[in-house]
Amino acid sequence: MANAVIHGQVTRDWRPALRRPRRTTVVALALLAPSLIFLALFTYWPVLQVLWQSLHNQIRIGGPQTYVGGGNFAKLAADPAFRKALSNNLIYAFGTVIPSLVLALGFAMALARSSRVNALFRALFFLPVLIPLVAAASIFLFIFLPGVGLLDYHLAKLALSGPNWLGDPDIALYAIMGLTIWKNAGYYMLFFLAGLQAVPADAYEAAILDGAGPWQRLAYITLPYLKPTIGFVMVIGLLNVVTQVDHVFVLTKGGPSDSTNLLLFYVYQQAVESYDAGKAAAGTLVMLALLLAISASSLRTLERSFGERET
Amino acid sequence: MSGTGTGVATGEFSPKLGYGATLLVAGLWMTPFVWMLVAAFNPQSIGAGMASLIPDYVPTLANFREAWASADFPRYGLNTLVITLGILAVQLVTVTLAGYAFARLEFPGRSLFFYLFLLQLMLAPVVLIVPNLTTIATLGLYDSLVGVMAPYFASAFGTFLMRQAFRAIPRELEDAALIDGASVLQRIRLIYLPLAKPSLIAFSIVSVTAHWNEFLWPLMVINSPDLRPLTVGLASFTRGAEGAQAWGVIAAGTLMVSAPLLIAFALFQRAFVNSFVSSGIK
Repeated sequence: MANAVIHGQVTRDWRPALRRPRRTTVVALALLAPSLIFLALFTYWPVLQVLWQSLHNQIRIGGPQTYVGGGNFAKLAADPAFRKALSNNLIYAFGTVIPSLVLALGFAMALARSSRVNALFRALFFLPVLIPLVAAASIFLFIFLPGVGLLDYHLAKLALSGPNWLGDPDIALYAIMGLTIWKNAGYYMLFFLAGLQAVPADAYEAAILDGAGPWQRLAYITLPYLKPTIGFVMVIGLLNVVTQVDHVFVLTKGGPSDSTNLLLFYVYQQAVESYDAGKAAAGTLVMLALLLAISASSLRTLERSFGERET
Repeated sequence: MSGTGTGVATGEFSPKLGYGATLLVAGLWMTPFVWMLVAAFNPQSIGAGMASLIPDYVPTLANFREAWASADFPRYGLNTLVITLGILAVQLVTVTLAGYAFARLEFPGRSLFFYLFLLQLMLAPVVLIVPNLTTIATLGLYDSLVGVMAPYFASAFGTFLMRQAFRAIPRELEDAALIDGASVLQRIRLIYLPLAKPSLIAFSIVSVTAHWNEFLWPLMVINSPDLRPLTVGLASFTRGAEGAQAWGVIAAGTLMVSAPLLIAFALFQRAFVNSFVSSGIK
């Protein structure tokens, strides 16, 4: 009797359970299919292709691909231009992400209170974010122009003379970093403005009662509350450092003597100018590894914000 | 720079130094734009006076005419418009469908698919330009606008954004429609999409801005001059005008390329800011 009841329950539960998931699975896959097709074509397949290419090489044009193992990576490591691009990218990362972050935080803190004037200034800082990087580079081409350019013209009025901003291998990368900071600080400011709204006003009031000065309040209240925002902005900044090189193309083409070459521009050169598919693939893999390392550090945040891991 | 640090958020206490420093920096931040405007309307285009930031002349459109004549900006603009709107149109479909699947359907392998999508967020498409160019060529899309668009048709960011928007919509609304016999697509179109409008707008702004400003990928895919988008057109135009030292013309061309998004921002400031904040996936 009890057995029959259990048995009956089981069959009653089983039938719909068997049919319904299958239907929703079909529907779900049909809904995901359009995205998956394009992801497969332009995200998964290229990664596999690059993996394969980085291990193979074409001896002569039109000839068969031969397995060369780590040959392409050895070639890459031996290429002074690649080593230069890698170290440039490192300097560029530190030299743009940290100053933009500090500036963005400063802007946000100064302009956090909503007022009409502050809204205007926030908009001003945000304007560079909206113009194409290529357009920004076109403007900075004149700013950095030796002699009659905007920077030198106004330095001359102060009886100073600037270096050859884009022509001097020791200066050019820093000039380009100036452009990047100008372009991105306003974007990061938005995140700090949003982050500052979460800092409770009583925390400041309590700190003021305790006699904490402005720097102490910054160190013990604002920064701890903004920790997640800082980490997040850092990740976005580092991703930008790897993926945005349009200004290098317009301003210097990586020169003089590779002093402003960055990884992505190097890969572009290998593929489009030197037709070295093996080196380009190996270089791409290096960048993919960097991107994975950068975003893996924020994977937890990504999962949480998109809710695959509920909090 | 360090002075700005004292402008603590609430502004109750000694923010004046930091505030003042920030306003000074704002002046510096505006200088490139001021120069662009002053130089673009300058009756001259070359010479020593081009670095002036004060418009001591009667403004003319001569530089714009010159820029207009030396590069086919209307055509570049049209190409950019086709690219950005084409990408957006396809994205809105793919992102809505996938977003609904992740928001409301239980199916085996859901987590796996979630991570497969997440991978796109981590591996920025621009890094894959070299292998993607091969794929585009194999598909016969080299030197075509569709070739520029195709890698962006799926968007993990958009999918996750829509997923979140859909999850916030009460299930009861859908159940009611289900009883009325509405199909999945009808339910998405009639119930979910109208209620997810803010997210759709946020995603659209981010997508259009990103692709309006994109350079390296279209540079690789497009070979014919008359298929160039604005950014690629501007870069080659700048190279030509730089040789002639025609800085006023460069400023005018740059202004024309940048103006559409700047105007859109001036009109819809709040929407822009909100969508850019959401683009930073917190």
